[in-house]
Amino acid sequence: MSRIFVTRLGAVSPAGWNVAALRTALDRGNPLPAQSLARPGWEKPLPTRLVPNPSVRPEFLTHPRLRRTSPITHYVVASALEATARLRVDQDPRFRLGLVVCLQSGCVNYSCRFYEETLKDPATASPLLFPETVYAAPASHLAAVLGNISLASSLVGDPATFLQGLSLGAQWLDENRVDACLVIGAEEINWILADALWHLERPAILTAGAGAICLCREPEPSIGVELAAITDAHTYSTQNTRTQAARAMRGQLGKCSPGELLCDGVGNSPRTDAAELNAWRDWTGPRMSPKHILGEGLMAAAAWQCVAACDAVAGGRFAAANVSLVGSNQQAMGARFVRADSAISHLSTGRSPGNIRP
Amino acid sequence: MLFPTTSSPQAPPRVVITGAGIMTALGRGWKPNAEGFRTGRTAFRPVSHFNVSRQRAKTAAEVDLPATLPPTRLSAKQTARFDRAASLLLLATHEAWQQSGWEPMENLPFVLGTTAGGMSFGEAYFRQAVQTPRRHRHQPTRAFHYQPQVQARTVLEALGSNGPITIVSNACASGSNAVGHAWELIRYGQAERALAGGYDALTELVFSGFDALQALSTTVCRPFDARRDGLALGEGAAVVALETLESARRRGASILGELIGYGTSIDHHHLTQPHPQGDTTLMVMNQACATAGVTPEAVDYINAHGTGTVLNDSSEAAAISRWAGRRAATLPVSSTKASIGHLLGAAGAVEAVVCLMTLCEQWLPPETLFETPDPACSFPIVHRPQDARVNTVLSNSFGFGGVNASLVLRRWT
Repeated sequence: MSRIFVTRLGAVSPAGWNVAALRTALDRGNPLPAQSLARPGWEKPLPTRLVPNPSVRPEFLTHPRLRRTSPITHYVVASALEATARLRVDQDPRFRLGLVVCLQSGCVNYSCRFYEETLKDPATASPLLFPETVYAAPASHLAAVLGNISLASSLVGDPATFLQGLSLGAQWLDENRVDACLVIGAEEINWILADALWHLERPAILTAGAGAICLCREPEPSIGVELAAITDAHTYSTQNTRTQAARAMRGQLGKCSPGELLCDGVGNSPRTDAAELNAWRDWTGPRMSPKHILGEGLMAAAAWQCVAACDAVAGGRFAAANVSLVGSNQQAMGARFVRADSAISHLSTGRSPGNIRP
Repeated sequence: MLFPTTSSPQAPPRVVITGAGIMTALGRGWKPNAEGFRTGRTAFRPVSHFNVSRQRAKTAAEVDLPATLPPTRLSAKQTARFDRAASLLLLATHEAWQQSGWEPMENLPFVLGTTAGGMSFGEAYFRQAVQTPRRHRHQPTRAFHYQPQVQARTVLEALGSNGPITIVSNACASGSNAVGHAWELIRYGQAERALAGGYDALTELVFSGFDALQALSTTVCRPFDARRDGLALGEGAAVVALETLESARRRGASILGELIGYGTSIDHHHLTQPHPQGDTTLMVMNQACATAGVTPEAVDYINAHGTGTVLNDSSEAAAISRWAGRRAATLPVSSTKASIGHLLGAAGAVEAVVCLMTLCEQWLPPETLFETPDPACSFPIVHRPQDARVNTVLSNSFGFGGVNASLVLRRWT
């Protein structure tokens, strides 16, 4: 099987519109301030962490396909452009780029708007909204913007699905069906989704955004990070509880060496976090928990974990980083990224991140 | 480990189908569906699940669900939480499972295509959430069971099995992509067996969406007819049991057919409109046939995506004509959406099972309401029931967003 390297990363998060902003927020280690999202019919608003407006309107928004798109597409496109910046995909028409977009809730804004219009009067429901409700819309718009995506798929699932997406991208590369593959996890926010999360996981603070990882076969264009392992998907069932699945995932990642980072998915929901905390209770190395800082971004949060792990390795702070994803209702999966010694490291901050707890 | 894999350097294994389950408005299971498709029966009726009095279109191909679901390892409490979509999925999966003769197993990949999953839960959640005074009753259950991975997990558990679940949501190509993805998992050495398929139930939001786009026919669904005026929606599910030929032979299984080719790509032209000349469709048909090692001359029938919209059918007709060349003049084509409507995320999987039926029973499914060929069709549309020698068939699926997929299946003799 081919070796798979990380070419570049992209992120849109409540910290800002690039990986540097994500890194800065995680390094500071302080939870980002929450904003209130009004819930119609309720006096008490829902706490959320919104993606800030970009300081300058992104140039990509002038693309005709993005005229009516919802925030999730903007996040997907921004993170993808950051992650493919060095590939010059638009200058070589023969370059075959693969795309896997992973979502849990997907295009909730237009779905709710369209359904609201349908309930009022279907005869006047806007035909402009409906196509933007499908899970595949962000991938489609990104394909139109980039122009040379030859293979694309949208996967739906709980946040661990992001690692299924990485595995699919690695498979496409191994089979030489693409020259590079973008794997993106993304979500957007509205009050209905925040309300649903409140029902399922009350202490969590919903957030939105996207994370992108671009994979390739050769070490030369990489940021000095190699994908070393993705565990099996340990699916939950009555015979395989979330706790058992998390432990099985942990077991597959093996005993980690000193100086390795664990980037986990622990947030501030004791009930939800219990399985993951249990699986990693013997972990004595440094640990980073992006959800503490950023909030519950569902699939985007899974992508940020992987982006943060790769960024920490690329920056020379760790020789390897493990990612733990104990999904909400489907599966537990883990991944491991290592420094690719033969690769050239282009990102080096040399700073010790404040969020990493020894 | 999913990565790195221990994929074999040998040639990919042959992948056969040893079980198939299907639920459509034509009926429950292989037999009534085969009879319906063979005779070209249409299954449309006035929509009863929600109010369509303010919609342009009033009909769809609704499924009559049985009063009780088949006995499985699920408790009554678990099945009581099923919505229509989950029930359709369970029924199709159960049939495929029974036919395959598989025993409960661990690590059985379950690859599904859907566009809406448990959308009816989402709709109910929304309707209650916007009401005042606020009520929370049932909302957590709806928020949980709305998600397709939860439905898939429950259905897999009904069979006493467990394994990785992959939900593909490439709009109306999802079902074909799911079957193709499972085929690739097996060929890539990640599994010896897999369940794959698609499911979608009729929902108010989706019906209203297609109606708002004026994509729904207000007369009858007539794919490739010069007078076509739109698609008709349906609901259903189909699941196939895929395994290596070696596995099937080892256990002496009955083989329904062989999946020999798959192609997929993305059309950048427009979010909802295909490229007018069907460039991407042509590409995926070529890809599928290249992996299958067949030429258009070897293909005996095409089950077209054929939605019945003006733009889709003219684009697909152009692509088929370009792909088939001189073979087009004698290549039978039909769209079974004329009988059961467009099943969205289930369409590709259901149509793959229809292709299996043509291979097993040697007939071609007609569009009995087809009258006047569109001038873009250089190929004959099957419009009367007919027996035929069918050895290799190709099935097309295209989705909103531009993902296209083609599957090639071969008769097992």
